[in-house]
Amino acid sequence: MNFEDYRGVWVFIEEKDGAVAKVSLELLGAGRVLADKRKTELAGVLIGDNVQELAQTVFEYGADKVYVYDVPIYRFYRTETYMRAMLACVEKHKPEILLYGATSTGKDLASAVATDLPTGLTADTTQLDVEEDTGLLLASRPAFGGNIMATILCKKYRPQMATVRPKVMKALPRNEKASGVIIEECIPITEDDIRTKVLEIVRSTTQHVRIDEADIIVAGGKGLGGPAGFQVVHQLAETLGAAVGASRDVVEAGWIPHHHQVGQTGVTVTPKIYFAIGISGAIQHLVGMQNSGLIIAINKDPSAPIFQSSHYGIVGDALTIVPMLTEAFKTALGRKEEADAGKV
Amino acid sequence: MLHIVACIKQVPDTKIIKMNPKTNTMDRSSAPAILNPYDSHAVEEAVRLRARYGGVVSVLTMGPPPAVKAIRKCIEIGADEGYMITDRAFAGADTLATSYALTKALEKIALIRPIDLIICGKMTIDGDTGQVGPGIARRLDMPPLTSVNKVVEVNRAEGYAIVHRKLEDGYEVIRSTLPCLFSVEKEINEVPYSTLPNMLRAARYKPNIWAVSDLGEIDKTQLGLKGSPTIVSSVWAPQKPQGGKVLEGEPEDQIRQLLDVVLARKELFEAGAGGGAN
Ligand SMILES: Cc1cc2nc3c(=O)[nH]c(=O)nc-3n(C[C@H](O)[C@H](O)[C@H](O)COP(=O)(O)OP(=O)(O)OC[C@H]3O[C@@H](n4cnc5c(N)ncnc54)[C@H](O)[C@@H]3O)c2cc1C
Ligand SMILES: Nc1ncnc2c1ncn2[C@@H]1O[C@H](COP(=O)(O)O)[C@@H](O)[C@H]1O
Repeated sequence: MNFEDYRGVWVFIEEKDGAVAKVSLELLGAGRVLADKRKTELAGVLIGDNVQELAQTVFEYGADKVYVYDVPIYRFYRTETYMRAMLACVEKHKPEILLYGATSTGKDLASAVATDLPTGLTADTTQLDVEEDTGLLLASRPAFGGNIMATILCKKYRPQMATVRPKVMKALPRNEKASGVIIEECIPITEDDIRTKVLEIVRSTTQHVRIDEADIIVAGGKGLGGPAGFQVVHQLAETLGAAVGASRDVVEAGWIPHHHQVGQTGVTVTPKIYFAIGISGAIQHLVGMQNSGLIIAINKDPSAPIFQSSHYGIVGDALTIVPMLTEAFKTALGRKEEADAGKV
Repeated sequence: MLHIVACIKQVPDTKIIKMNPKTNTMDRSSAPAILNPYDSHAVEEAVRLRARYGGVVSVLTMGPPPAVKAIRKCIEIGADEGYMITDRAFAGADTLATSYALTKALEKIALIRPIDLIICGKMTIDGDTGQVGPGIARRLDMPPLTSVNKVVEVNRAEGYAIVHRKLEDGYEVIRSTLPCLFSVEKEINEVPYSTLPNMLRAARYKPNIWAVSDLGEIDKTQLGLKGSPTIVSSVWAPQKPQGGKVLEGEPEDQIRQLLDVVLARKELFEAGAGGGAN
């Protein structure tokens, strides 16, 4: 394997509801930094059905080039079809670095591609850097349940691959004037070759709040004592028009469904304001919310680690303080009557 | 007869593990070794499928000799057979080297009894990647089905399976030919308490144990540390954000101060802002 042949930083572009997924935009931002350090190009790989028009978005967020595989067989994500496209693209154009969002699709695709190439793959990366001269990717991630951070290298193979957690990298500001090169790619592939069929896609009808998209999150922990105590979190969230988050212990106790869980095995969030109420601040929780704009902790134990990680704290019993706080906000926001209006 | 193999791993319980703050290594003695929690759901799902369709459930692990305990735990859940591969040559394997070694063992198991379905956990709590399952599937040229949270049907006679794959906002129903591999979510089932007969059987159970030399033709350069493209170059303690200001005074004062801070961001509370609305 001649490393000189491998140039350029690539991002797998995930499509979501007809648009480029946010995580892909974030990775373009991160990829741009790596590509500039290496004085090389940044490219997106776009696979789907009727997706070519998304290439412009990919340029607007930092890419120089987009490889496109655009035929109906790629309408739904399937490991078998997407993997073949990606493998063909890598073999033909040889990138030095290839990044995927650590989403269910990104992880699925990356694991398959890594095995076939073969090459090393670092999962759930939260920090990326590159050695300018050697091109060695420094991919860092939490390990052993978040107890340590580890930097993982892949010295012997190219491309170097990593899946990257959503919400930790920063997208560049959109540049509407940007343009780039579209390279249309095609491989021989027919439905008969494919052993998996998507029979149906069912979107969950309960409009559950996407906590990863919320500006304000009120999160509650085990300290609230039980589902009844947890109501104070719902009430404050309603008043603020905020989403509700939770620690893992609360989810495991069944007070609230898993999609509210913040943290290493839940969702990573970066709201503008994050309330941590009755949450101790375990490292696995912190990794999921520590980049929030303003972190406010309410906990009765002054030595709770959460206070080390929050901008403002109140030491006290959440069951008395939070209802007072809710009332104060209702008054301040003139929401006494329309307390439900902010509900989503 | 339907033959399902669940891949399972013994892991340190990272929930209570202690780290040596000087070296940033785990103090293994501080953490009891347990069956990877996600893998218990893989075994349970295999056992449930056997209850529906008949057949045999085997479990396979790669690990050091004490990992026999994890196999016994699977027998308690209801597995029929246990296989373990253990050898110094496997040590230090990353996901690529792990999937290679496990594939070699699966090929040998398939000689004893052809395999229709492989079930893995979503991820391990120590490796934490979810990459080994799809890796095995690719090596055996089976379709990998990750994020499975429901098995609708496994039809051995006609050679297909139908499952639900969890998506960020719902699920998809997908059909695959058999043999194939599932990586299952935790929510797929609940693992009940073990029954007494299973516990008795587990206590006496002796798994099949193989070393590298038992695995037939094998490329030793693809095993263990040597066969691992990724290496850990450094570890450090995660950075904690700086502590902020603890508000003083009576609750009323504290709340007033907090209100001032939050309402300084008034724009967040205009109609339509906040929540998941944007
Ligand atoms: C591999 C792994 C992954 C994990 N992933 C996650 C994850 O994604 N997300 C996550 O959150 N956790 C995760 N955890 C679990 C994590 O380690 C903690 O166990 C968990 O976050 C603790 O939840 P908690 O803060 O609600 O509960 P506790 O740690 O029990 O804390 C409760 C807090 O409430 C306070 N309190 C009690 N009563 C009151 C009161 N009346 N008023 C105010 N405060 C009160 C207490 O002082 C305490 O600080 C993970 C663990 C592991 C090992
Ligand atoms: N050493 C191992 N022995 C057997 N199965 C394993 C091993 N490592 C991983 N697996 C399987 O692969 C899944 C994903 O593991 P990981 O990629 O380490 O997160 C696990 O849930 C197991 O089903």
